[in-house]
Amino acid sequence: MAAGTVLKELTPATAVEATRVDGEAVAQEFTNIVLAHRPQIFRFLLASTRDVDLAETLTQECFLKAHRNWDGFRGESSAMTWLMRIAINLEKDHWRNRRLAFWRHARTNSVDLDDASDWLPSGERSVEQQLIAREKVAQVWEVVAKLSGRQRTVFLLRYVEDLDLSDIARATGLSEGTVKAHLSRALSKVRTELRGN
Amino acid sequence: MNFMRVSQDEPQMDESLKQTLKDYRSSVHAWSDAVYNQPHKPVRVYKTSWRVTASWALGCVLAVASVAGGLYERHHVKEQAKIAAAAQAARQAKHVAEQREESEDQLAKIDSDVSREVPSAMEPLAKMMVEDSTE
Repeated sequence: MAAGTVLKELTPATAVEATRVDGEAVAQEFTNIVLAHRPQIFRFLLASTRDVDLAETLTQECFLKAHRNWDGFRGESSAMTWLMRIAINLEKDHWRNRRLAFWRHARTNSVDLDDASDWLPSGERSVEQQLIAREKVAQVWEVVAKLSGRQRTVFLLRYVEDLDLSDIARATGLSEGTVKAHLSRALSKVRTELRGN
Repeated sequence: MNFMRVSQDEPQMDESLKQTLKDYRSSVHAWSDAVYNQPHKPVRVYKTSWRVTASWALGCVLAVASVAGGLYERHHVKEQAKIAAAAQAARQAKHVAEQREESEDQLAKIDSDVSREVPSAMEPLAKMMVEDSTE
């Protein structure tokens, strides 16, 4: 690099300009991340909390936290996994705080199970098949609601968000073995419920 | 993304369970997409915190004011009654004193009138003594 170029880079004006350009690039990069992953984060939180308002709030908080800590993101995992980890922690914190506020137990905007299973695409199935499928999906919704927090998170990440076990382990901060165990127990409960009815 | 890329470590599933989980996934995705894409309603912010606090403060002030007002009124009425009773007692005492004075005056008047009208028991004897000395 030429000496003249170095001197030019060190002037205050160019430093400010470079910072501004860097800032704009970072802002643009983060905007792209938000646009790409917001629906998925919202979906996971919605499926997990079953509360539209709560899912929206937690999604906002997730991206706010991500924006604040964007400089600390080293890219060791994918942005999606990193965001999912933030979302999981936020949800955990929410339930922990909520446990103390026992008088605010009633969910204001929680979804009814029947409504949730209505969102089943009809595909090319007969009416009878659709009814059976809808009933089974409603049962899965019910079982998932009864799962423990970790089992539900692992189950949703695997079977709704389609993440690999290694990604789930990174997002939840658990070992792969623990993820497999939780997944196996969750699946076993779903299977039992479906066979029982 | 392929649905459920099953690795060897994952629990085995029959076709029926696979299909059910696939349907469940579809239902979550469809529901989420519908909610995500619907126009957002303006959020009604309930500023309950300061409103409730203000209501409580106002309520407390009103309660304290009404209790204090009641106590003051009671005290005032008591004082008025005391003053009225004292005034009444003074009036009565004055009236009694006046009556006593009046009756004493009347008694004195009666006494003097009676003493003037009725001759004393020694008057005839005194007359006789006056007549004897002239003779």
